[in-house]
Amino acid sequence: MTDTAAERTDAVPTGTASTGGGSGEFLRKWGVLVALILLLVVSATMSDRFLSLPNLLNVLRQIAIVGVLAIGMTFVIITAGIDLSAGSVLAVAAVVTADMVNSNGPLAAVLVAVLVGAGLGLVNGLGVTLGGVQPFIMTLGMLAFARGLAFLYTGGQPIPTTDETFLAIGNGRLFGIPNPALIFLALLVAAYFVLRHTTFGRAVYAVGSNDEAARLSGISVRRVRTTVYVISGATAGIAGLLYASQLGVGTPIAGEAFELDAIAATVVGGTSLFGGQGTVFGTFLGAAILGVLSNILNLTGVNPFVQRLFRGALIVAAVMLQRKDARGR
Amino acid sequence: MTEPLAELRSVSKGFPGVLALDHVDLALYPGEIHGLAGENGAGKSTLVKVLSGAHTPDVGELRLHGRPVRFRSPREALAAGIGVVHQELAGAPHLTVTENVLLGRLPSGWGRVRWAEAHRQARAVLDRLEIPIDERVLMGRLSLGRQQLVEIARALVRESQVLILDEPSAILGQHDLEVLFTALRGLRDRGVACLYISHRLNELFELTDRVTVLKDGAHVATEPIGDLSMDQLVALMTGRELVAPSRPVREASAAPLLEVDGLTRAGAFADVSFRVHPGEIVGMAGLVGSGRTEVARAIAGVDHAEGGTIGVRGRTVRMTSPRAALRYGIGLLPEDRKDQGLLMNRSVRENIGLASLRKRSRFGILRGGRDSRDAAALARQVDLRYRGLDQLVRFLSGGNQQKVMLARCLGAESQILILDEPTRGVDVGGKSEIYALMRQLVDGGVGILMISSEIEEIVMMSDRVLVMRAGRLVLELAGDDIEEDQIMRAALVHSVADRQGAVA
Repeated sequence: MTDTAAERTDAVPTGTASTGGGSGEFLRKWGVLVALILLLVVSATMSDRFLSLPNLLNVLRQIAIVGVLAIGMTFVIITAGIDLSAGSVLAVAAVVTADMVNSNGPLAAVLVAVLVGAGLGLVNGLGVTLGGVQPFIMTLGMLAFARGLAFLYTGGQPIPTTDETFLAIGNGRLFGIPNPALIFLALLVAAYFVLRHTTFGRAVYAVGSNDEAARLSGISVRRVRTTVYVISGATAGIAGLLYASQLGVGTPIAGEAFELDAIAATVVGGTSLFGGQGTVFGTFLGAAILGVLSNILNLTGVNPFVQRLFRGALIVAAVMLQRKDARGR
Repeated sequence: MTEPLAELRSVSKGFPGVLALDHVDLALYPGEIHGLAGENGAGKSTLVKVLSGAHTPDVGELRLHGRPVRFRSPREALAAGIGVVHQELAGAPHLTVTENVLLGRLPSGWGRVRWAEAHRQARAVLDRLEIPIDERVLMGRLSLGRQQLVEIARALVRESQVLILDEPSAILGQHDLEVLFTALRGLRDRGVACLYISHRLNELFELTDRVTVLKDGAHVATEPIGDLSMDQLVALMTGRELVAPSRPVREASAAPLLEVDGLTRAGAFADVSFRVHPGEIVGMAGLVGSGRTEVARAIAGVDHAEGGTIGVRGRTVRMTSPRAALRYGIGLLPEDRKDQGLLMNRSVRENIGLASLRKRSRFGILRGGRDSRDAAALARQVDLRYRGLDQLVRFLSGGNQQKVMLARCLGAESQILILDEPTRGVDVGGKSEIYALMRQLVDGGVGILMISSEIEEIVMMSDRVLVMRAGRLVLELAGDDIEEDQIMRAALVHSVADRQGAVA
């Protein structure tokens, strides 16, 4: 496969053509953005209310929690891993943080949420690297285990909280923008920087693209692998915090199946499950596409059962498009 | 004159931005081994793909037994009697040799596989090719070279009339190569037409009857091989000649950079000792499977040796990981660039910088300008032909991919370079450039350990030669004593005895 491409491109004199396959390359890079713009245009024609600022900010607020999960998920998937436990870890963080607010105040609660998430992520990471368990299995185990922890911690009951500072995290606004959306965007920028401009980011792509090559180049593959699960755990912790704050209650059933939405956003955004490819900007677009779709379907009053059909079809269609164009070269 | 079995008539095939084949003619007659030569990018692989049904020609026609045919898939070509052995292995490592040979056509009755019959059939094919491999062992337990031979047996089990071999020798050691050649000559005598592609020109002279040369997608010449000299063939392919940089006489007076003493790993190699000095190229010859690569991997920290010591600049060190080896200034160019070397879906920039990230960053943050400047400078140093630092490595030709790996090694500024098959799959022009680069490096005080299956390369480039056989260092030659015959004999003697032992 590589050889055809190699033979072909080599025959072109240096410096005359693009980076390998004109329109295909464009689609691969910008296809998700084009899809989002198309969806925005179509949505705008379908409902007058859609393009209003309050509605768009509302969409941003709605995708924030899954979006935050998807940022961590993107790191994991770039290394060709998967984190199925993100939703359960979110629940543990949500109940622990709600409890902490009531006993130790909001600052401790925020820190604990992140630490609890990162800690469970560390267990995932060590299970994968030292334990040699496949990521799918390891995090499937954690999916059940962490959910169990959340139920045990609360005895099955939701933990309500009334701390105003804490509630403001998920419900307040800054310059008119909902706080969860701001936090989501800030994390996006940070993740973009890490993946793009740090040695760790380079190592993440290298491990996902060819872990043996990475190892031979002096990269500590285990450390990188472990760290991406810690990052995914930490973002799940932050998502749990946002969840508890938004609802004013830490409930052990929080975030069920959210990991699947996060995976959907990541792959719709162009990150390959085979690893080595993907960006958080793409993940943002993926989350936005899914968010805008459910928003417009709600606005136009489409039956919620039918909405699920749309959602499922969109995920498959988006990935199929990327695949077709990847093979077409 | 007999009719060609398979024929391409004025075939053109284009891809966006490039004409990969430009009105190419090719005729394969029964009972001939036809060589196909050309530099990387000349269109060889595209030609193979057209002939084997993976591509359909834009212009021109494909004829089989004198009748025009049009293959819509490789399956149709296979059914029509065109077998292909690809450059890259495609076997199933967890299945037995028998299952691999008969893949998709195991004899069965009432839904049950008839194993005795299957093994008998596989044995018959292997015997016909005189391939000495036990049909009952798992594919994955064979060396890569042996697996390649099984692939060839698979292509033949279908009684193909036309057999295409796309660089089958790239991973074969000398011994397996002999087995392959014997098999191919046997097929020729039975009237099969073989198309044989190789970058090793001496193989073309040794094996083929006629040779066709492609350059930049166009047909340059088809000549009986006997009418050509090596120089003429090279000139046809490139318009240049293979230049070996002259070998200056060196005094190994300086203290050694690398001292290996009694290095041992059970089942791989035992009691290996040698030195590499600054400014010298030490060649390591031996068959595939003789332990060459394993020694290299142990020195570079990839695998752990169980016994013996490794000294770097007079200090005994423990190679716990490739990371540690790099810190001691030991860089490894792995033999398999696809599996161990390159990030195919990542950019030239990322691939070149991979082993020297620390150097181009501060507190873990890459210094963007420096990152790009360094990568561009390294690319220039190895004379990489590329379109930009953001170009994906998989779009580069094999030779240029190899140069990307070299550039990465250089970037790490290792004082000791271990190059495992540095010119595998590289065309003639690319080889000259890599040789010149190696010379330039040793002139700058680097010490190189070069592993190669190409004996000419070993003889031409090495200041000293080490020969491995069955996990042991059996011969060391220096300077004018370096001689092809001696190296070959040292590398082979044991395995010939082995084989006779097995037969007896």
